[in-house]
Parts: sequence; structure tokens; C-alpha cells
Amino acid sequence: MTTRKTELMVGFFVILTISATLLLAMKVVNQGFSDNESSYTLYAKFDNIGGLKARSAVKVGGVTVGRVESIYLDPEDFNPVVVLSLSQQYNNFPDTSSVAILTSGLLGEQYIGFQPGFAFDDFVTLADGDYIQDTKSALVLEDLIGQFLFSRDSE
Amino acid sequence: MNWVVQVGANTLDTIRSFGRAFLMLTGALIAVPQLKNIRLTLQQIYVVGVQSLLIILVSGLFIGMVMALQGYTILVGYGAEGSLGPMVALSLLRELGPVVTALLFAGRAGSALTAEIGLMKATEQLSSLEMMAVDPLRRVVAPRIWAGIISMPMLAIIFSAIGILGGHLVGVDWLGVDSGSYWSIMQATVDWNKDVVNGIIKSIVFAIVVTWIAIFKGYDAVPTSEGISQATTQTVVYSSLAVLGLDFVLTALMFGIN
Repeated sequence: MTTRKTELMVGFFVILTISATLLLAMKVVNQGFSDNESSYTLYAKFDNIGGLKARSAVKVGGVTVGRVESIYLDPEDFNPVVVLSLSQQYNNFPDTSSVAILTSGLLGEQYIGFQPGFAFDDFVTLADGDYIQDTKSALVLEDLIGQFLFSRDSE
Repeated sequence: MNWVVQVGANTLDTIRSFGRAFLMLTGALIAVPQLKNIRLTLQQIYVVGVQSLLIILVSGLFIGMVMALQGYTILVGYGAEGSLGPMVALSLLRELGPVVTALLFAGRAGSALTAEIGLMKATEQLSSLEMMAVDPLRRVVAPRIWAGIISMPMLAIIFSAIGILGGHLVGVDWLGVDSGSYWSIMQATVDWNKDVVNGIIKSIVFAIVVTWIAIFKGYDAVPTSEGISQATTQTVVYSSLAVLGLDFVLTALMFGIN
């Protein structure tokens, strides 16, 4: 019987599948933060979040330190609140830090730019559940054009 | 009055064949696993899986290449050719990988399974097995069903992976998309649970459906040469339709509502 040859070929088949899975796991899928306990949550309230979505990146100087956990609307003042999940590895940001919604490239996806505040001697760090006070909303193209036209008219 | 009788007879026939298909499946699969059956399954994985590998590799490569080519010509108009990677990866992982693999599998392996089992029935090999007190459901049908269910998701994963590499070949190496942005934007967009695992679940469902249809059509074939040829045709037609219909339902369930 050709059992030995069969087993050999099935072995190759399995190895090929495993290497294809590894390719997908390593190269294709984002190796972002898994939602385990080694992360902490911050809140930030914006006027306008533009095209920000859940799972967008949170970056400090280009380094991804966390992801957007979820986005919801504050039922009292109708402003969007963004829930940020940051890696516990970076847990000593001063509470004077600010966040802004930025765009990567001209047509790229939107992400949260996190700007750490100045660290004084007796600074307070942002802890789990804190609100970030200083936020800059996303730029909306129509608003920009409106402002531009308005400022031209008033000249 | 006659056509009402016809409608009733057709309905009863359909329900009966569903019942027979279900009985065949339970008779084959609900059993204590035995070592010799594992060896038979291995043999069948070679027949339906390994021997389908070439067609899967070639078509996966070319589908990835075509998607990169078509996607590039559209995306470059918006200066967004960096999004080529996620476009190729997402459409392969979510749709084309499972669906095209299932269609090719139905044509390549499903028809062969139907013809093989149908001919076994026509030449009374199945009856002879029963005469020797060997259950043909356990001996012939079960290893083939397991082999199909195991092989097709593996083939779908290989299909997606080789397609993404084919997209890289055309997009990056020939058309000059930046290699870094091809991979990095892909990594930023593709999610393991949402995209890869859902694709694998899809292809497991397709595997069960296609293998089941193929083997039942053979097992239930009219034991003549005409009956077997009809059964083989029906296998390919029915499993293709079932795959495409189910794909819509599964896509709506998985990606329709966020």
C-alpha cells in the first residue's frame, strides 16, 4: 500500500496549513493590545470625533500605546465620550496631558494623538477611570471651509 | 387535480430525501472512534485534501493577483494605493477564501466522492460490505465525511494566505506599492477574531454542507450509469447553490450588524 507516501503527503499538507495560519497570524493580523487586565481606561470628551472608530489607535509621538475601546454620547450634554484603553506599561502620564484626533496621511484612518503634559515635581498621574480635560476635536473639512469663507467675508 | 398530486409527491420526496440524508449522517458520525478508522480518514484526507492542493494554490495565487491589479487601478485614482493590502486581505479572508475554496472543492473533490460512492453502490460493493457484517456507513462514509470537514478549512486558510502573497507580488513587486504600507495598513485593519476566525467558521460550515451533499448524492444515487452521472451533476449544482446562499446568511450574521 501507499500508506507511507500518503502519510508523508498529509504531513506536508498539515505543515503547509500551519505555516499559512502563522503567516496570517504574524503578518496580516494586528498584534494590538489584547483586552486583558494589563490595560487601564481613560475617558476623553470631544465636541466632534470625526471618523474615529472603536479600535482606532492611541499614539504618543507615533508609538501606539493603546486603542479606542468604545465611543458613546453623553446623555446630558450630547457630546461624544471616547473610552481609551491604554497599556499598563505606560501608566505614568501627567494629568495635564492632552488628546487630539489626528489623521494619518491625507486619506488615512483617524487616530488619537496623545500629548503628555509637562511633568512637574509633584505631578499627578492619570489613573484608571480619569477624564482627560484638554481635548482637541477632529477637523471637519466643511467647518474649515466655512470658517475660511467667513474670515474672507469679514476682511 | 393531477398537478396537486404532483406537488404533493414532490414535497414528500424532498422531505424523505432530507430524512435519509440525516439518517446517513447520524449513522456515519455517531460512533466510537477507532484507530483503523483514523487511518482510513488519513487516506481520504490525502484524496480530497492533498490532491486538491494544486488547484487551490494556483487559483488562490491568481485571484490575489487579479484583485491587486483591479484594486490598484481604482485606488490609485484616489491616491489610496496603500489601502491595497487591507482590500486584498479582507476580501480574501472574509469572502473569497471560504467561498471559492468551497466551490472548487465541490467541483474537484465533491464530484469525485459522489461518483466513487455511487459506483460502489452500482457495483454492489456496499451490499457486499453489509453481507460481511461491515457497516458501510462506518467503513466508507464516515472517513470521507471527516476528511472533507477537516480538509476544506485547511485549504481555505492556504487559499487566503497564498492570495495575500499573490496580491503582494502584483501590488508591491510589479506596481510599486510601498511594501511597508501594504503590510502595516493590513495589520491595522484586519482583526483575528472578526476576520480570520469568522472566515474559518464559514469554511467549516461550507465543508459540512458540501461533503454532506456530495456523499449523500452518491449514497442515494440510482445505481445505473445514468443515475451516477445525474448524481454527480447534482452534487456540483446543489453544493454551489448551497454555498452561495449560505454565504449570504453567514455574512449577514457575522458582519451585517455591528
